[in-house]
Amino acid sequence: MKILVAVKRVVDYNVKVRVKSDGSDVDIANVKMSMNPFDEIAVEEAIRLQEAGIATEIILVSLGVKACQDILRTGLAMGGDRAILVETDEEIQPLSAAKLLKAVVEKEQPKMVILGKQAIDDDANQTGQMLAALLGWGQATFASKVTVAGEQATVIREIDGGLETIAVKLPVVVTADLRLNEPRYVKLPNIMKAKKKPLDVLTPADLGVNLTKNLVTLKVQEPPVRKAGVKVADVQSLVDKLKNEAKVI
Amino acid sequence: MSYHAPTQDMLFVINELAGLSELNAFEEYAEITPDVVESILEEAGKFATDILDPINHSGDKEGNQFANNAVTTATGFKEAYAQFAEAGWTGVASSPDYGGQGLPSLVSTAVAEIWKSANMAFSLCPMLTQGAIEALMHHCSDESIRSVYLPKMIEGTWTGTMNLTEPSAGSDLSAVRSKAVPEGDHYRLYGQKIFITWGEHDVAENIIHLVLARLPDAPEGVKGISLFVVPKFLVNADGSLGARNDAYCVSIEHKLGINASPTAVIAFGDNEGALGYMVGEPNQGLKYMFTMMNHARLAVGLEGVAISERAYQRALAYAKDRIQGVEIGSRTGQKVAIIKHPDVRRMLLTMKSVTEATRAVAYYGAALLDKAGHEPDDAVRAEAQSQVDLLIPVVKGWCTEMGVELTSLGIQVHGGMGYIEETGAAQHFRDARIATIYEGTTGIQANDLVGRKVGLDKGVAAQALFVKIKATLADLETVHGDDFAVIRQGLSTGLEALTTATAWIVQQYAEKNPQAANASSVAYLRLFGYVVGGWQMARAAFIAQQKLQQSSGNHAFFEAKIISTRFYADYMLSQAAGLSHAVTQGSVAILAMSDELF
Repeated sequence: MKILVAVKRVVDYNVKVRVKSDGSDVDIANVKMSMNPFDEIAVEEAIRLQEAGIATEIILVSLGVKACQDILRTGLAMGGDRAILVETDEEIQPLSAAKLLKAVVEKEQPKMVILGKQAIDDDANQTGQMLAALLGWGQATFASKVTVAGEQATVIREIDGGLETIAVKLPVVVTADLRLNEPRYVKLPNIMKAKKKPLDVLTPADLGVNLTKNLVTLKVQEPPVRKAGVKVADVQSLVDKLKNEAKVI
Repeated sequence: MSYHAPTQDMLFVINELAGLSELNAFEEYAEITPDVVESILEEAGKFATDILDPINHSGDKEGNQFANNAVTTATGFKEAYAQFAEAGWTGVASSPDYGGQGLPSLVSTAVAEIWKSANMAFSLCPMLTQGAIEALMHHCSDESIRSVYLPKMIEGTWTGTMNLTEPSAGSDLSAVRSKAVPEGDHYRLYGQKIFITWGEHDVAENIIHLVLARLPDAPEGVKGISLFVVPKFLVNADGSLGARNDAYCVSIEHKLGINASPTAVIAFGDNEGALGYMVGEPNQGLKYMFTMMNHARLAVGLEGVAISERAYQRALAYAKDRIQGVEIGSRTGQKVAIIKHPDVRRMLLTMKSVTEATRAVAYYGAALLDKAGHEPDDAVRAEAQSQVDLLIPVVKGWCTEMGVELTSLGIQVHGGMGYIEETGAAQHFRDARIATIYEGTTGIQANDLVGRKVGLDKGVAAQALFVKIKATLADLETVHGDDFAVIRQGLSTGLEALTTATAWIVQQYAEKNPQAANASSVAYLRLFGYVVGGWQMARAAFIAQQKLQQSSGNHAFFEAKIISTRFYADYMLSQAAGLSHAVTQGSVAILAMSDELF
């Protein structure tokens, strides 16, 4: 079966982002960009399913500016077979992303779509769920283990209380959580090979999708500066502070 | 704070200063385009940060354990090496015919800088293996050895070593005494080798020693030394491992730095004789070593760049974090991070600008090596060869001397905490210290520079370089503004000083006065380094200025490059005149002082 993996280009997780002086957004000019870490886990999972003989082809999809090709090449070097970039300079909000992915899914007919549970830039955690709804497919979000047998996938999900095991029929949308796997390091020879793998570029118009904006950002601000801690004299005053100041017990 | 590969500066130097596009014109490098190089450096950087950097400090503290002729490497090294080989990093520079990636020196140099920064002790293992691979690749014609050994070494299953030094044969290899006695189709080797980097370890299943030794009938001196390949475990025809060979590690050294790199004393032939095979022709061993020298010296010169970069990153992070004192001139009384103090900024900028300059010179040299190996036009190729021959002692000598100075500054930025091992700054200083010694001391590099590279050709290669520097000066004329006036003035006086010193060196050889040239050689090498570094920085600033005008790329990076270059002109190029004085005048006192007067 074909697996489609959606990957997003985000500010590298090592970068300490700064808010623009006008408070309109985060300043991403000239900062290092890389593949969303959860999407990296998604790519790794697809490769493992291919190595296990379950997936036959891995198609990577990214949505956004031309430079998204870089992360697609990274995914191809990890082990993806081919890539599609839906290129646009417009902002892509979760619903638009889901619509664009839906159009790609209809074109490519995969049996499984894997994507990160959320992107580390906007932390929206919506695209996977919306995509499943638009496609009318089952969804297995926050996956920490995926097994496929026949037309069914068994997925262990990370939930607040612990772990939940669900069975879903294919086709399915899976969103990857942190503990699903540990992505491999790209092998040097595969970096060279990745350059020769096919990478198609489409536009939202090619897919018949309008990038409507349903969300408006009002203001972006730095998190409040943490106040310095204090030393408490004894256990009694600690309990007192926890009770009356922090109000956690 | 962990090490992060400075890929932005690396790519800038590779693309803009060293001229990757010129290498793309060669058929075998056509596919090594900027985007591919960027991917390679990003992935190498990721691996270095995640796998090699975390075991750098712990490896230094723990070191290697030696018992029963075997070495146990520091915690995590074995696993890291397995991952390193698995990811294909052992084959970066090697021939695709035997499983390597065949990347140009320019790119493998940048990749190597990343390993050396992340973990210098670790990086020596693949570096020595690469040297052994090159020795077999270029000088061993026996296909039964090539086809079995090379793929295993390139894929990293086996590592390699270079066994040159003996207790009485260090810088002077003509004194090598190890013996090789013919026995059928092979030889039996006897003798002791010292300072063998990664000569014994537990990270790979076999170790391939390249050994210099004398045949029984060999002439005395440099012309009687042959090269042999001696595996730790004998190798069957199908590549599987056979019996343990009679080449045993008898101890490892206790060193100032690179503590996680096992430095072995190896006894060959204490029992039945170590079985080995000759590489190439008899008595050609030292000649073969010379053919590999440019690559080897570039690799060690790079250690100066790499360790300085690491030290800079550490010092910068500390300076931004450490709150101490109030900002001078401020009346608020507010305590500030020490980066606000002008002298701390002076130290950081010294580290930054000189590291950038050494990187640019080293990469420029690496690109010249590629051109010298691949240029189709004979004259262009010969020109590249003469330029690289001229620059290699500068890369090795100057970059490593700067490494010692900059890592020392790194400690200074930390203040008292820098003297405490816990911060890691002290390790950089200790690790950096070996690089000015091995693969030819700074003194030997300087002698090579003044003698073979400048004296012998009467300064012709140097003059060809000066012509290029003048072209850059002409470019700088076209840029207005205060910064560029300072940069132009600095480079111009630097070149003048170097020209004067070069004429003096040439004159000493013409007047058969090599002793004077020798006495001035290290000052000359330093002067050469500062000026060539200043030239590369000036080129960088000029390009940065153009990019700013075109509004392309990262503005902050280009602005910083121009400031860094201006600082370099004021602080480094200003030393050129003084160094030129030392070159032309300083030998008098050195030669006047008799042994007794010391």
